[in-house]
Amino acid sequence: MASVAPGLAAWGLMTGVAMAKSGMSGFEAVLMTLLVFAGSSQLAAIPLLAAGAPMWVILATSFCVNLRFIVFSAHLRAYLMHQPLWRRLVSGFFTADLSYVLFTKRYPHPSDEALTRRAQEAYLAGNAAMSWSAWVGPSLLGIVLAHSIPLSWGLGFAAILALLGILCSLATTRLRAVSAGVAGAAAVAAFALPLKLNILVAIAAAVAVCLMLEKMPQGRPEHAGNPD
Amino acid sequence: MNQTDLYTVATIAGMACVTVLTRCFFLLSSKPWTLPSWAQRGLHYAPIAALSAVIVPEMVMTQGQLIATWQDARIFAVLAGLAWYYWRRDLLGTIIVGMAMYLPLHVGLGW
Repeated sequence: MASVAPGLAAWGLMTGVAMAKSGMSGFEAVLMTLLVFAGSSQLAAIPLLAAGAPMWVILATSFCVNLRFIVFSAHLRAYLMHQPLWRRLVSGFFTADLSYVLFTKRYPHPSDEALTRRAQEAYLAGNAAMSWSAWVGPSLLGIVLAHSIPLSWGLGFAAILALLGILCSLATTRLRAVSAGVAGAAAVAAFALPLKLNILVAIAAAVAVCLMLEKMPQGRPEHAGNPD
Repeated sequence: MNQTDLYTVATIAGMACVTVLTRCFFLLSSKPWTLPSWAQRGLHYAPIAALSAVIVPEMVMTQGQLIATWQDARIFAVLAGLAWYYWRRDLLGTIIVGMAMYLPLHVGLGW
């Protein structure tokens, strides 16, 4: 997580600047940083808020942009169900993209052993704390410094590069590389869909293609003892 | 800074609920329940698909259109970042090398 934190920080900084420049009050921008804690959803909502869109449109957009988290939560369920409800809620809230990806990479399988579970919880909490500070701190800084950092520098691109690095580190099997390729192409092709639904369409298309390829005689199933 | 407006605050609170709802969707109910096996296998491909779907349009599109020119700082930054990643397997280096390529081209040449 330490190695991707600078990318997250640059993204947080630019999100802070974008919020402050969109005409939100300082209080609103700080509140959004602390409570919403979801960069892609915030970036999608900022122009809608500025344009005075109705609340249900903003919430629906935010929901659609966040749909990938529902997929993540289905995956995390096996790791977290031994916890009481309030801890599951806390774990879920603080597990954003990077924490989820790094966590499932480090621990490909859930465990029944108390010690391993403790280790997993510690790793997840550490990741969440790092990504929270790397996101919230620079966001607040961006809100304060909004008028001295021009959006045109494109510092937010550092976040894309950070995500690109993680994408490469996930591409450990051929089918996963296929999944990335199909999803990328589908997200571009379906870009015209409203509410960022292209992302959901792309995930569905990529997963469907990979499940079909798995069934082919030469396709080796991903779950059959893959070393990563 | 503008005036704080109650409606905006309510919208932000709603968005916070959306974050909690989506991130905890399958963590809420404690009834015993397992995913069907095809869905479990599908989850091996979903994270990388989600990442790719988020970043690829950010790399190759402008204003909803596929870019038609090679004079775009993002292309060079992505290539430089990828080259570094596969040479050194290092995430921080990927960001630094990519931005070192991106900023001069973007801010300097306006690509």
